[in-house]
Amino acid sequence: MYPAQFDYRRAGSVDEALGLLQENEDAKLMAGGHSLIPMMKLRLAQPPVVIDIGRLDELRGISEAGGSVRVGSLTTHADIAASDVLAAHCPVLAEAAGHIGDAQVRNRGTIGGNIAHADPGSDIPPVLVLLGASVHLQSPSGTRSVAAGDFFQDLLMTDVGEDEILTHVDVPALGAGTGSAYLKFEHPASGYAVVGAAASVTVQDGRCTAAGLVVGGVGAVPTAVDVSSLVGTDLSDDAIAAAASGLDTEDPIGDIFASGDYRVHVGKVYGKRALAAARDRA
Amino acid sequence: MAGVLGTSIKRREDPALITGRGKYTDDLQAADMAHAAIVRSPYAHARIRGIDTSAAEALPGVLAVLTARDVAAAGIPGVVPVGWLLPDLKTPAHPMIAADTVRHVGDAVAVVVAEDRYLARDAAERVAVDYEPLDAVADVVAALEDGAPAVHEDALGNVAFDWEIGDRESVDAAFASAANTVELDLRNNRLIPHAIEPRAVLASYDSSTGEMTIHMTSQNPHVHRLLMTLASLGMPEHKVRIVAPEVGGGFGSKIHHYADEAIVGLCSMKLDRPVKWTATRTETNLTDAHGRDHSTHCALALDAEGRITGLRVDTAAAMGAYLSTFAPAVPTYLYGTLMSGQYDIPAIHCHVTGVFTHTAPVDAYRGAGRPEATYVVERLMHLAGEATGLGPVEVRKRNFVPADAFPYQTQVALAYDSGNYGPAMDRALEMIGYDDLRTEQASRRDNGGKQIGIGFSSYIEACGLAPSAVVGSLGAQAGQWESADVRVHPTASVTVYTGSSSHGQGHETTFSQIVADKLGIAPEAVEVIHGDTDLVQFGMGTYGSRSAAVGGSAIVKSVEKIIEKGKKIAAHLLEASAEDLEYVDGSFRVAGSPDRALALGDVALQAYLAHNYPDDLEPGLSATSFYDPANFTYPFGTHVCVVEVDTETGSIDLLRYAAVDDVGNVINPMIVDGQLHGGLAQGIGQALWENAVYDDSGQLVSGSLMDYAVPKIHNLIPFELDRTTTPCPHNPLGVKGVGEAGAIASPAAVVNAVVDALAPFGISHIDMPLTPEKVWRAVNG
Repeated sequence: MYPAQFDYRRAGSVDEALGLLQENEDAKLMAGGHSLIPMMKLRLAQPPVVIDIGRLDELRGISEAGGSVRVGSLTTHADIAASDVLAAHCPVLAEAAGHIGDAQVRNRGTIGGNIAHADPGSDIPPVLVLLGASVHLQSPSGTRSVAAGDFFQDLLMTDVGEDEILTHVDVPALGAGTGSAYLKFEHPASGYAVVGAAASVTVQDGRCTAAGLVVGGVGAVPTAVDVSSLVGTDLSDDAIAAAASGLDTEDPIGDIFASGDYRVHVGKVYGKRALAAARDRA
Repeated sequence: MAGVLGTSIKRREDPALITGRGKYTDDLQAADMAHAAIVRSPYAHARIRGIDTSAAEALPGVLAVLTARDVAAAGIPGVVPVGWLLPDLKTPAHPMIAADTVRHVGDAVAVVVAEDRYLARDAAERVAVDYEPLDAVADVVAALEDGAPAVHEDALGNVAFDWEIGDRESVDAAFASAANTVELDLRNNRLIPHAIEPRAVLASYDSSTGEMTIHMTSQNPHVHRLLMTLASLGMPEHKVRIVAPEVGGGFGSKIHHYADEAIVGLCSMKLDRPVKWTATRTETNLTDAHGRDHSTHCALALDAEGRITGLRVDTAAAMGAYLSTFAPAVPTYLYGTLMSGQYDIPAIHCHVTGVFTHTAPVDAYRGAGRPEATYVVERLMHLAGEATGLGPVEVRKRNFVPADAFPYQTQVALAYDSGNYGPAMDRALEMIGYDDLRTEQASRRDNGGKQIGIGFSSYIEACGLAPSAVVGSLGAQAGQWESADVRVHPTASVTVYTGSSSHGQGHETTFSQIVADKLGIAPEAVEVIHGDTDLVQFGMGTYGSRSAAVGGSAIVKSVEKIIEKGKKIAAHLLEASAEDLEYVDGSFRVAGSPDRALALGDVALQAYLAHNYPDDLEPGLSATSFYDPANFTYPFGTHVCVVEVDTETGSIDLLRYAAVDDVGNVINPMIVDGQLHGGLAQGIGQALWENAVYDDSGQLVSGSLMDYAVPKIHNLIPFELDRTTTPCPHNPLGVKGVGEAGAIASPAAVVNAVVDALAPFGISHIDMPLTPEKVWRAVNG
């Protein structure tokens, strides 16, 4: 548990951090450090330079404007879980953040670090995909945004370029009549999600007008389930179960605790339960 | 002081520990201290073609890189010995540093010493070892198959020993005439101990005196000194001091003598400097002796009334790559001898094959053989309840050794000195509300959805391995007594030097309670010293739930000697006859004349002044005792677990856990409860989560806490505890032992509960750990 030799640089601004990224090949950005440092201690990651962006207050905070909630990349899981703004507009994101690790992890870990690391068992990615969030990136050549559904590319791989910093995510607020839920099947060793199901349904006059389900932990990236069959129904248990059973992934991940087949099965069960919980909250 | 024994005095150890002021081995700093990093095999089995240390040695700040060649050049014994010899046991050499062959992932091949620990790690990565990988076998059953890769050339078929106890013919006869039989193939899963504090050592050799002080994570410093000097370093025993500072848990893993501590000692001798090594968590998982790892076929024969007539057990027990300190005793004399459980079984036969595998060694881990035995017996009793239609309660009650049958001679050597099993079962049923639970279970079975199950475990434990002559005849290379030196100071405060060695158990608190009670003084007036071979007389240490029963009894013996001597001094001062004196509430007084009395302090002061003193008496007021018990002690109890099973996912929720334990007289109820809580957590952990998994090539795939699940507080529920009290008849305190009871009883209770919940699905067994996927697959055929 001793990392290899590395240099440490602390950035005072986003621009300085971008400059340090340019100057140092293979450098790694560190926010809360909760993914990077364990990898370094196991020597699975041996970056020559660590650029600490953890004190860039400009990247921290939660605010709502124009039907969308902006969450700065350095916002901690604890702040997200406790956010009144998110509770009002995107409660499922706060719910998922409250499932991450323990209180100490939530006090240090950040949403930007979490999604940039892109662990398949992470709680945040399926929620961002469900909500249609956009991820905002900045480089010396400007800024760009990418849809959460396109951001996660593969196991531990994202769309973040080598010269880019993840600055914030924009999360569309849930509309009236919408219920949402995140249900987690926790790994007894790591505390990560074996399966994490994020669901939302919108109900008007007793009928479903929109529904979504995204399941984490089953595939390398969050798996969206086509639950459009629910639209127009009264969201009966049978209709929900049928919709959730559409979960499919070509190459499910597995470990000694839970095989790929089993994860797909639990994904269907938890998808069903998350949809039912969302219905009950709508 | 009256009322001290049996009182939940707060642990005096805790203020320092919970405020972070406890000094553990890794907290210690020595002037001029260097740091070691051990280079370990990444292969489960390989030949070492060569080792190139030059790149490591070239790093500035690297002080030495040692290999097996340096061990040989040092002219020391250089091996790690086994401390329990069975008949025909194969004892292949276990070199401190592997010379030509590595036999498990983590086997030491070299050590780097550098000025700081980071540099040592960096340099260790530069040691280039040329391995020729060989076929490996990690599974205990696969290792016995024809053509399995051999772990040691001189252990044919990977068999370390072939052992049996009981009478095979009478068991065969019982099965031939049985009205009912049940049988089971089971695995007892391999566990990694996971003490929170990893193993660590700070060895300080001083060539000017030829002395070495070793601070290390030890449950038994004198035993470690003996093995370290005799077998590994070849130093004279009196030139080595071993100190166990605060030790952060052991569960058995810090009983054993490991190569690593000896390697660090050698480094210090070579460099003439203090050298420290602290295992990383990864190293801990790869090299701490693991626990359990059995494959067992077992069967029970019953007559038409549901009385057991015979028990047959055949077990393959993994030993790992080398025989660890007490490894051969664990699946034999601590396992086969427990097979009678709480039951009157007229015929028992247990056969055990000890098996070498290309894995970390297996040795004593909390319970050590007794959890494995309890699991066999109590799983079979559950099946017997089903097969006979008697159910889990009645089949047990019908077979309990009757209360009037003690002392009870089992068919597997042990003679139970005392017991009364019915009341513990009855109390457990009452606590859990058994009849209501069965009603709820029936209604859930009718309605579908999540199912509940109720599981029992009526266990017997054998603590305080004894007496020495008997365990010696069974192969132990150590005595099993304990020592105590009790010194009354001139001002009547007391220091106790105990051969037990606390590593979390609270000896300082409980032992002070014993002395306070016997001497009629305040517990605060008693200091307890342990864990230092220079301060304390030879002692055996703390393991096997022995410290209260054996170590505590040694203290009582010393206190009794002190009172006897005190009576002679007081008689002289009071001009009375010693025979007429009694010792009451801290005073020596003439029986029948309570105003003719002297306080302990008056007598103690005179013992050291010796101004007005009996002619034939030596000055001083202290006494040393070596207490060798007449027998084991036999705690017992009944545990009941209630679970809820989500049959859709296979997830298990604990709903209730009631434990009624009989550990004899209780010195400190809070500490006893704490021991039970910890033991239950570990036993439930074994049943539901913990599993050391090697793949077919011998890689430990559960090598980190990301994959190996130790129980966390949010996984558990409040435990419901109660006790019955059947004092041990053969030790002066009437105590039995409690450190392992929770871990012994609980795996069977949990598994029986889950299997009970799933009975409608035709499920009679699932191997531990009961992961949701396994349960789900069982439910879904």
